[in-house]
Amino acid sequence: MYAALWRILPGPVWLRIIIVLVLVAAILYALVTWVFPWVDSMVTSNEEGTVAT
Amino acid sequence: MTEPAAPTEPDGSRPASHQLRPRRRKRRVSVVGVFGELLITAGLLVLLFLGWQVWWNSAILAGQQTSAASKQAQQWLEQSKGSHAPATTPTPGATAAPAAPPPVMDPVGAAQPLGVMYVPRFGDGWKRIIRETVDVQSVLNSYDAGVGHYPDTQMPGAVGNFAVAAHDTGYGNAFLNVSKLQLGDKIYIQTKDGFYTYDFRNFEYVQPTAVDVLLPVPQVADASATNRLITLTTCNPPYHAQERIAAFGVFDSFSPTPPSEIAAEVSGG
Repeated sequence: MYAALWRILPGPVWLRIIIVLVLVAAILYALVTWVFPWVDSMVTSNEEGTVAT
Repeated sequence: MTEPAAPTEPDGSRPASHQLRPRRRKRRVSVVGVFGELLITAGLLVLLFLGWQVWWNSAILAGQQTSAASKQAQQWLEQSKGSHAPATTPTPGATAAPAAPPPVMDPVGAAQPLGVMYVPRFGDGWKRIIRETVDVQSVLNSYDAGVGHYPDTQMPGAVGNFAVAAHDTGYGNAFLNVSKLQLGDKIYIQTKDGFYTYDFRNFEYVQPTAVDVLLPVPQVADASATNRLITLTTCNPPYHAQERIAAFGVFDSFSPTPPSEIAAEVSGG
């Protein structure tokens, strides 16, 4: 999968590396900004830190 | 003899193109390969999420919660300056008289701020806003609170138990250092009325269902309270949630003006 992705990318190796880095940065940004906060709100237990019956 | 002779294959073709061909034939996407790579990716995402939750997001929230507490503290300080200043000039020699009971504020609505908490033992500049209820989303995980007040427990300074809760790990790490408290450590609660000082007394390690630590006399049912207590609860051990740790403190004093130990914290932000 990733090997195929690498082959699809245009240009010489240095350009492909730059493209990959930009893609990874964009994915990380999306994860931290939208995906992780959303997942966090879904999985949080309602009793962390508190005592409750 | 100046240029080295390029190695030639027996059939005379150039080796580079000869080697490319068989390798290219192996390059195809297999189902198992894609599945394996997806699994690795999923594993990395889970690790990334956990790292984000425990360190990154928590560090960001800790900063935001601290600056929100600073703002709230200064706002109450400004308000109380107007109302309290004339009455608070201490009379020399009057200290021997038994202290009058501290003022007790009225209960506040859900998610409303009722106090700012200062605990020097928790680290330099540690402070958090205390809001009503221990609701996860609106109080404990909030970027401008972090500590929640159990709704059915007493208000600061009241006879009985002023009980609060916070996360130990994640969402600002508010109570990460609860277990580092030492006998006599000060716990300061600032409200719109002034500053309540509590002395840390003892720990109890309890089950998550042990709601009796919130009783007016903790862990004693149907007892009539005479002491003014504070109770801090959080998860134990750190990074886990199997148990709860409850830290109890006893009311020491009330002062309309900031106690000297946290005076710089309160006014300086």
